[in-house]
Amino acid sequence: MNIISDDDAMNQQILVEKIREDFPIFKQKVRNNLDLVYLDNAATTQKPRQVIESLTDYYTHWNSNVHRGIHYLSEVASDMYEKAHQDVGKLIGASMEEIIFTKNTTEGLNLVARGLEQKLKPGDEIVLSRMEHHSNLVPFQIIAKRTGAKLKFIETSNSQLLDIHSAEKVITDNTKLVSVPHMSNVLGSINPMEQISEIAHEHNSLFMIDGAQSVPHIPINVKTLNPDFLAFSGHKMLAPMGIGTLYGKASVLEEFEPLLYGGDMIRSVSYESATWNDLPWKFEAGTPNVGGGIAFGTAVNYLLDLDMHRVRRIEHDLTNYLIKRMKETDYVKIFGPEDINHRGGVVSFNIFNKDGMLIHPHDVSTLLDEKGIAIRAGHHCAQPLIESLHTPATNRISFYIYNTFQEIDYTLEVLENIHTMFS
Amino acid sequence: MDIYRENIIEHYKNPLNHHPMEDATLVDEDLNPLCGDRIKIWVKLDGSTETVESMTFQGNGCAISQATTSMLTEVVPGMSIDEVESISQEDIRELVGVSLSPVRLKCALLGIKVVQAALLKYRANQIKNGE
Repeated sequence: MNIISDDDAMNQQILVEKIREDFPIFKQKVRNNLDLVYLDNAATTQKPRQVIESLTDYYTHWNSNVHRGIHYLSEVASDMYEKAHQDVGKLIGASMEEIIFTKNTTEGLNLVARGLEQKLKPGDEIVLSRMEHHSNLVPFQIIAKRTGAKLKFIETSNSQLLDIHSAEKVITDNTKLVSVPHMSNVLGSINPMEQISEIAHEHNSLFMIDGAQSVPHIPINVKTLNPDFLAFSGHKMLAPMGIGTLYGKASVLEEFEPLLYGGDMIRSVSYESATWNDLPWKFEAGTPNVGGGIAFGTAVNYLLDLDMHRVRRIEHDLTNYLIKRMKETDYVKIFGPEDINHRGGVVSFNIFNKDGMLIHPHDVSTLLDEKGIAIRAGHHCAQPLIESLHTPATNRISFYIYNTFQEIDYTLEVLENIHTMFS
Repeated sequence: MDIYRENIIEHYKNPLNHHPMEDATLVDEDLNPLCGDRIKIWVKLDGSTETVESMTFQGNGCAISQATTSMLTEVVPGMSIDEVESISQEDIRELVGVSLSPVRLKCALLGIKVVQAALLKYRANQIKNGE
């Protein structure tokens, strides 16, 4: 027995108990006086009181518009809002100028798609992958149709990761943008971003990372991954809904035209023309989500205090345990990478009755819900990927920093009952 | 676990009239994008009396959607077109006999939605053909 790692595991459990104290939602009961077991974190995470207080603090004490009021409240609010950009930048190794606050990942991906559209011509290529969430697929289908550009796809390898050999073939000198998910919201695959980034840049293509599932869960540095764009959402990492980030490399953002025009994004305006404000404000037209942005900064600081390596470690251990326990049964099929080091805290699975008949994921999640357990079921906004798995839908358990081994035990117990019930 | 009363699981595991129909008057299908439930139905009409003679279905999806449609294949034959078109959400709730959340109610309603859509198209064609 390794005493050091046992101690470590014990310390981690104590830490998780402490973390749970910060989340008011776990103090309440659901349904008929049941404890909430929240395992739908890839959809959205719960919010710690620090974030909730930060939002109410802004609206209670500092509510005012930013970057324009020559008065005390506006100055403080502007400082707080800018500081939030810095904090989010710190999380991924970027400077404030490179952090554009958006509504969510989808908006970031769409902004880049539409910005690129102005530069595309027939024969140009956009490279995506077979693992896309609809939000990194549909915007590019539309601009490809409008411009005559061609969509190409990086295939998935047998180890359920984006295939580097396929990337080498698919990305060519005609490729103008490669946009792929860092981590699959269905398979949990943590994809080889550095290699794909290199291949894209060798061909002078722009490289964008859909970071919706990775930024909240694993340490990320834009200096090493070297994306031109990285989009992610606040609400999947403790922040309120309606706030997200599009990171853009400063030199690339300078070249990109803004897509929304209005207040705050201009330097000077005449009746005939206008010039643009500095980065990142050039891309944040109109009154932004100031309170949400400030609370996003608080959420990021919560994670930085915890340390992203620790976040990854907590989820890694939970995922490892869940998969190990599921493999001990004969009625669970798990999707995604075998290698736990290439898998985030997302486990998609199907369960079957004793005759091998699929128990539909929606029935499974309804029955889990009756026991206070929240998971996701369906196609997870990734229909083409789900179809390629030859299943109508999957169940998905996804972890965050407050989940426990006991919650896994309880969930597996209920799954066993469902299996028996349908058998 | 009362929402999955035994008859739902029974209908799900052994659905009734679960095959295509060669001489069907109407064929239609639809899906519930949320669940990925898919239902395809075949309906044979007696044109002179405007009643449903028989109904079959195939599909895949959750127990609620498949079991409810299986139940419908027993209920609908013998009904007039008007009667089928007036089947309401409440009627379906009653047929299923268990309480359903709004999201899962959509699963239960998929089968009847496809049947009613097919009948509506049939009516529209009648009008177009000046009958």
